[in-house]
Amino acid sequence: MSTSATEREPRTAGGPARRRVDLPSPLRHLLLAALALAAVAGLLLVTGDLTALRLAAVGYTMLAVAGLQLLVGGSGQVSLGHGAFMMIGAYTMALLVLRLPMLPLAGNLVAVVAVATVAGVAVGAATARLHGPYLAGATLILAVGLPGLTHRYHEVLGGSNGLTVRTAGAPPFLQGLVSGSEWKALVVWTAVVLGLAVLATVSTGRLGRRMRAVRDDETAAAMSGIPVGATKVTAFVVASAAGGLAGGLQVYVLGTATPSMFTLSLSLTLLAALVLGGIGSMWGALWAALAVVYLEIWLSDAVRAFELGKDVENNLPIVLFGVLLILVLRFQPLGLHGILQRLRALLRRAR
Amino acid sequence: MDHFVDLTLGGLASGAVYAALALSLVIIYQATRLVNFAQPALALVAVYTAATVAPLTGSYWLGFAAALTAGTAAGALVERFVVRPIARVSRLNGIIVTLGLLLVAQGGVGMVWGNDQHGFRYAFDFVGRPSPADVFALASVAAVAVLLFCLYRHTPLGLRMRAAALHPEAARLSGVRAGLMLTAGWAISALIASLAGMLAGPPFISPNVFDAVFVYGITAAVVGGLDNPFGAVVGGLLVGLGMSYVSGYAGPELATLTALALVVLVLSVRPDGILSRPAARKV
Repeated sequence: MSTSATEREPRTAGGPARRRVDLPSPLRHLLLAALALAAVAGLLLVTGDLTALRLAAVGYTMLAVAGLQLLVGGSGQVSLGHGAFMMIGAYTMALLVLRLPMLPLAGNLVAVVAVATVAGVAVGAATARLHGPYLAGATLILAVGLPGLTHRYHEVLGGSNGLTVRTAGAPPFLQGLVSGSEWKALVVWTAVVLGLAVLATVSTGRLGRRMRAVRDDETAAAMSGIPVGATKVTAFVVASAAGGLAGGLQVYVLGTATPSMFTLSLSLTLLAALVLGGIGSMWGALWAALAVVYLEIWLSDAVRAFELGKDVENNLPIVLFGVLLILVLRFQPLGLHGILQRLRALLRRAR
Repeated sequence: MDHFVDLTLGGLASGAVYAALALSLVIIYQATRLVNFAQPALALVAVYTAATVAPLTGSYWLGFAAALTAGTAAGALVERFVVRPIARVSRLNGIIVTLGLLLVAQGGVGMVWGNDQHGFRYAFDFVGRPSPADVFALASVAAVAVLLFCLYRHTPLGLRMRAAALHPEAARLSGVRAGLMLTAGWAISALIASLAGMLAGPPFISPNVFDAVFVYGITAAVVGGLDNPFGAVVGGLLVGLGMSYVSGYAGPELATLTALALVVLVLSVRPDGILSRPAARKV
């Protein structure tokens, strides 16, 4: 009830005074992306190395959550295998750096996206006829099963120790100007904002509209001439590509890819973070990513301060995300973004 | 040939566990059209209760009883106070909330007992094929299946539960407490999941011990059809056998992905499982 009210509000209240130049949507999103990148660069200027690494983590987490947002919030398909696609991206990146060190970083990232896309097409096409709980079940199996491959192909994928890579820092002409971590954060965010621009364009465009129609009623969508299967698969592929790129960027920042990074808990945490941030909006992905990165840091600080031990430190974030997920679904199904929207509507009314 | 017989017997024993898990999923799915991803969480509650109570009392069977009680109580409470208010609003949210419960249980167990593996003993001797433990697994799951059949077909409680699942409004009008029946269904399902946990847990338990087991349970339920209890039992045994052969001949790491292939294959041909009737859909 309240959502439709808040969504309609700007159009009626804004009126002619808020008319803006209507850029084509890809261009507008690129412009926003550039602004976001500038903002991140500004933040990097005033903060240190540690914050730079955390910002980078926020970046790739946000990209992963945004991909999941398109899939779950957009097309209504619950995937529990998003971590698996991050894993595919991460291992592709690590293997490329190890085996083909002469490739430039941009080439690596393009290859990572390509591989994740192919994997997304394969899984998406295979699961196209699965709906609701069946898709969730199948992707759950993927998330549980995929890390096992690293043990099976131990020589190539490094078993449980995973792969460790060294990635280059800032290019020579920038040495002294930006530190290695700051450079990494910049690279990550450049890729992230480009990815987000693509996701935003997709979700506001025709495809996004079709996805929402399929989400709301598959049969009705099919009867209005929307190719249901193709729409669902496309959503799955775009989400996988975003997840893969996020995984690749993660390896670029952390320099390691191990199977224990991509367990079922990761997929579940991403989903929980998405719901917490707000399942209906791309902004939700930002709040979600901030929550994933900073909650973990604050919690481990708190646990250390109270000397509760390693078991608590490792597991408290998981428990907290589970509890938050349940509470949000129970009392605030639109998440943090829903709360913010309601606040904004209240403020506007007060004025 | 010996190897084949070994794998077959082992597969049947673990298949019994998958059948039990699949059965517990089907019970909830039939009642609420919800796949309960929190099922391994209930099993975790059960085995860690047993791991705590058994050393305290010195008796495996006291621990066993405590485990089933704790698991059942957890299932009933979670249904009443967490899942029902959320699933009522949206089925998608209902699925997601069971995942939240899984996170809470896995993290909670890790917080208290740590992420390391703990030794966990079998009910009976596990040496030989078929070992007494294997026989116990098969026999107890068979008993559960028969009891469940009798409960649903031949008791007033079963009748009420079926009525509440099939047509909640009409059931309520004829004096059935539909909400209570829902909780009862979850409690029974949680009891079976706890039993499956006690059978699948040994020799080691850890917070993620049931991930793979649950995957095969889901596979079994999906192969058999999520709303078909007989399908679940048959599916469980088939998946147990299949995974045992794959692990034995091709390598254990491939078993999970084989399960994925199986699920995808079966559902692409029959979107609601092998043994289910196609349903008409109203717009």
